[in-house]
Amino acid sequence: MMVKEEKGAGGGNDIQWCFSQVKGAIDDDVAEADIISTVEFNHSGELLATGDKGGRVVIFQQEQENKIQSHSRGEYNVYSTFQSHEPEFDYLKSLEIEEKINKIRWLPQKNAAQFLLSTNDKTIKLWKISERDKRPEGYNLKEEDGRYRDPTTVTTLRVPVFRPMDLMVEASPRRIFANAHTYHINSISINSDYETYLSADDLRINLWHLEITDRSFNIVDIKPANMEELTEVITAAEFHPNSCNTFVYSSSKGTIRLCDMRASALCDRHSKLFEEPEDPSNRSFFSEIISSISDVKFSHSGRYMMTRDYLSVKIWDLNMENRPVETYQVHEYLRSKLCSLYENDCIFDKFECCWNGSDSVVMTGSYNNFFRMFDRNTKRDITLEASRENNKPRTVLKPRKVCASGKRKKDEISVDSLDFNKKILHTAWHPKENIIAVATTNNLYIFQDKVN
Amino acid sequence: MECALDAQSLISISLRKIHSSRTQRGGIKLHKNLLVSYVLRNARQLYLSERYAELYRRQQQQQQQQQQQQQQQQPPHHQHQHLAYAAPGMPASAADFGPLQLGGGGDSPAPASSPGFYRGAYPAPSDFGVHCSSQTTVLDLDTHVVTTVENGYLHQDCCASAHCPCCGQGAPGPGLASAAGCKRKYYPGQEEDEDDEEDAGDLGAEPPGGVPFAPCKRARFEDFCPDSSPDASNISNLISIFGSGFSGLVSRQPDSSEQPPPLNGQLCAKQALASLGAWTRAIVAF
Repeated sequence: MMVKEEKGAGGGNDIQWCFSQVKGAIDDDVAEADIISTVEFNHSGELLATGDKGGRVVIFQQEQENKIQSHSRGEYNVYSTFQSHEPEFDYLKSLEIEEKINKIRWLPQKNAAQFLLSTNDKTIKLWKISERDKRPEGYNLKEEDGRYRDPTTVTTLRVPVFRPMDLMVEASPRRIFANAHTYHINSISINSDYETYLSADDLRINLWHLEITDRSFNIVDIKPANMEELTEVITAAEFHPNSCNTFVYSSSKGTIRLCDMRASALCDRHSKLFEEPEDPSNRSFFSEIISSISDVKFSHSGRYMMTRDYLSVKIWDLNMENRPVETYQVHEYLRSKLCSLYENDCIFDKFECCWNGSDSVVMTGSYNNFFRMFDRNTKRDITLEASRENNKPRTVLKPRKVCASGKRKKDEISVDSLDFNKKILHTAWHPKENIIAVATTNNLYIFQDKVN
Repeated sequence: MECALDAQSLISISLRKIHSSRTQRGGIKLHKNLLVSYVLRNARQLYLSERYAELYRRQQQQQQQQQQQQQQQQPPHHQHQHLAYAAPGMPASAADFGPLQLGGGGDSPAPASSPGFYRGAYPAPSDFGVHCSSQTTVLDLDTHVVTTVENGYLHQDCCASAHCPCCGQGAPGPGLASAAGCKRKYYPGQEEDEDDEEDAGDLGAEPPGGVPFAPCKRARFEDFCPDSSPDASNISNLISIFGSGFSGLVSRQPDSSEQPPPLNGQLCAKQALASLGAWTRAIVAF
């Protein structure tokens, strides 16, 4: 319907989102290991990685666009699957360490191979994913099946040659960064220098070099001398996309601190503190919980950053600390339900958020398999649903509406009918195209904008 | 925003969450337990302030009965009392707590139902005049040691004005003199009168009429808020379990220029919550 001026631009409401693919098991009985815990496109958008609770990483690759059949962009097919982390046991503390993949971050591609960092609660691993499509044949001393030949039967010599083979994708762990975190790792972020990265747990942030595994620098430590005085924890951290000396971290109190590593070795003192005063009329038992920030993401430009708390998405201008420049309500109708959401633990759900390639639209998830997009330019927003009911390719998704109170209109869904077990915590937007990956509990949905 | 649950239910739900988190796979989640502790603190403050409302109501009834009997004429000090009330050491975090908008359960006392519940609509807590010395049972989640503590309520709360019967000061409250049979509350250190006199100056302006504040010692962190009603002793015990630790929640000291907190229940809770150490240690298994 609408013609986009350029690829990658376009508001959430100017484009029509169509179902493209869904990955994962169909049955309603969800195996816990299959629960998707992270979704991430690589820098070109050609690869899409997911991590799950069972410690596995699945990478999808977009097939090359068929120039003739231009009605849709390439589909994503499984490229590689590997077990990244295994459950471990810390004998000293009698603690089991979950294998759940908390975050995946891609490195920019430097050669034929792809590299990504994956982390669970305690250990970060650097994985190399490489293709093999040729194999050597014609050894003198070995048969093709690997058995050794009797040397006495060799009468002539030949030079082994590479012959094509079926594509094989191999994942191998190249670095293991372990034993640096006492608390649970919640974030990893690769520096724009492409040599270092940070990892953040509840109380500390460490700086690593990608080549060095036996050392890391602690750059933030908010652990109080007396743990009884603990009032806040670190919830997310990210490097600035362009300034290699700058990073931010968010807290459970709803604040974001921007730190400059040039200022001092230990960045306990922030350069900037972003905080919005609380609205006293909204005070409740659960004010502290819903103000806790669950995700922080810089815009691609580096001028803005976005934070997600339980009920809203906020856009901050790095030049203004005292309040966000934009605030979008994700599901304000839940404010009156916080009590029951506390009882069933949903209030602790950590929603992520993401920018589109041009920083004009932001997206985040909600309940009932709904996800929301906010167009920063037109100020319009849209609610869509990830559901197998719309699973015909190129079916345009119908906008959804939640009826907060009063008379429910046709096609609206009332708040009490929302399924709080169906939550979309992880979403990702292709860096260049209008392709989005939306993870429900155990399925991965891929949506594209309608191409005429 | 109304909460469908009352403070007691919230407290027990929160405690259950903390308990079950200890057996969760992957170890104790520090972030989640910290958030649950905030809910606990909030619920506890509401619960305690409801208790004080209850006590105040009873005291009021007592006063009215005695007033009828004795037919004394006294200038009303009430309105001024709580305005003049100052709370040294009142943590900013509790002071921030003013406008808790909570339904607080269907049977909350009348003052609680008004929106101004936490904003000085509240009568001076000094009129409570209930000073029981009660036993509180404390369970340390770390060591699983159960101790029984002999303690009273926080002197500072109830004695913030002249109307404190336990202080036996020249409180002109009608009929309160008859209740002066109660001794002043004893802290574990057994303060003397003289010490309290010195503290009177800390409490800010004296009420009009020149009646000095009943001197109150600053409550120590180890003190608990009392449960003066045997009915709710279970809940009080639950609260006492978490009566230590996470003192950082209430650690900030206010400026002397800060507004006096309108609600005494907050102050009491602050004292009691100030040392939430035991269960914090339970949570932090590292």
